[in-house]
Amino acid sequence: MPSPPSGASAWRTARLLSREPQISTGRTLRFTVPDWPGHLAGQHVDVRLTADDGYQAVRSYSLAAPAEGDTVELGVQAAPDGEVSPYLADVLPIGAEVEIQGPLGGWFIWTPRDAGPLLLFAGGCGIVPLMAMLRARRAAGSAEPCTLLYSARSPDEVWYARELADPGPAEEIRLIYTRQAPPGDPRTTGRVGAQDLAGLPEPGSARCYVCGPTGFVEHVADLLQTAGHPRELIRTERFG
Amino acid sequence: MSGLSPGFHGRGRALVDRLPPGQYPTESFPVLSIGPTPRVTTDHWAFTLTTETGSRRSWTWEEMMALPQERPVADIHCVTRWSKFDTRWQGVSLDVLLEEAETAADFVVAESFDGYTTNLPLEDVTDGKAWLAHSFDGYPLAPDHGGPARLVVPHLYFWKSAKWIKGLRLTVQDEPGFWETAGYHNYGDPWREQRHWNDA
Ligand SMILES: Cc1cc2nc3c(=O)[nH]c(=O)nc-3n(C[C@H](O)[C@H](O)[C@H](O)COP(=O)(O)OP(=O)(O)OC[C@H]3O[C@@H](n4cnc5c(N)ncnc54)[C@H](O)[C@@H]3O)c2cc1C
Repeated sequence: MPSPPSGASAWRTARLLSREPQISTGRTLRFTVPDWPGHLAGQHVDVRLTADDGYQAVRSYSLAAPAEGDTVELGVQAAPDGEVSPYLADVLPIGAEVEIQGPLGGWFIWTPRDAGPLLLFAGGCGIVPLMAMLRARRAAGSAEPCTLLYSARSPDEVWYARELADPGPAEEIRLIYTRQAPPGDPRTTGRVGAQDLAGLPEPGSARCYVCGPTGFVEHVADLLQTAGHPRELIRTERFG
Repeated sequence: MSGLSPGFHGRGRALVDRLPPGQYPTESFPVLSIGPTPRVTTDHWAFTLTTETGSRRSWTWEEMMALPQERPVADIHCVTRWSKFDTRWQGVSLDVLLEEAETAADFVVAESFDGYTTNLPLEDVTDGKAWLAHSFDGYPLAPDHGGPARLVVPHLYFWKSAKWIKGLRLTVQDEPGFWETAGYHNYGDPWREQRHWNDA
């Protein structure tokens, strides 16, 4: 491939550096992307796969962490019978290449300059761009309060478990289990409800980011509005 | 091509003629929006057309439903790369709503109840190319898909088809809308793959 011009529209070659399991169907993938221009927490890339006959398929994946030079991190969950995600999660060999375009998305983003408390709501693999925000916040040493409310089916479906078990300053992690909770969890399993929002920063001051499957996003955005959070401060991203 | 994504075979190639570049077909109907779904009811609903001189014309829900109705069937293409074939809508052609407007404008801005905006050339919403749609697949349009009424402009990426639309503003100058100022292409032709600012 000729070297593409810089900017979001260019396709760059990305070499798979490492693959690390997160949950039974979810993997952290690290790619080296020469001349990566950097990105903001919350942005995503498009990943393009090419078959031997030239057929191509493209899907979007969120960036899971701030860039480290030319290395970017994605979190991919294998969808049952999916065309692209099972290939990325389990087939693409280490050292092999795909193409990446980005960074993309100028709305579902957070930077340390965004003042005020931060509320992050993740459903399933919707944790990926929110983890990027949490990591960016930790890296910047932000003193603003931040709560991550993370809905997962069961303890073994929790991504980034070790990192989340060790909250940074002014940071609170609330794990909401929908099917099966660890022993001793006082909360009854089930989807996020109004009671799970108790004790969060005042509506009107906090920026809310909601990401996950459409049903989760719709439900949480409604709960937030009912609790008085103004819609201007609620940003959503749906994974389909 | 060899060397890239080794061992990737992909799925169907059958519908490739009908798919704009970089899209894949889906049977489901994914949702894309920037924030919470606004709950807009039809009792206080109005659709307002504003010309470049500021003159206005409004339709209540009942007035809009009494206008001539069309049932377009179209393929739609979302910039997040899914395409959905043969979607069935019911609504009012924008030709009907624009019929009596006296205007020298070349552009429109679609405005939504949630504050969303998107800009289009006037010629892309006239001559049977765009609808104010209130039904999908024979049922009232669901709130998360833009109900009670949304714009449907199938030949452009679907972010141009503003959900929860409350009006059209005719403008002499082109005024980029929400996504158009946030990095997305100003025109958005799926067949020329005009996704982002830098795309030709
Ligand atoms: C902005 C954005 C960011 C995203 N970020 C992430 C992320 O960080 N991590 C992540 O994992 N995902 C993310 N996604 C979702 C991702 O882009 C893909 O949609 C997801 O990986 C599924 O793609 P796929 O090709 O594997 O599945 P697809 O082939 O698209 O299929 C999806 C599902 O539909 C079913 N299906 C569809 N068509 C057929 C068919 N013809 N036959 C049989 N079954 C079918 C499949 O069973 C599958 O379960 C993001 C999406 C967006 C829009």
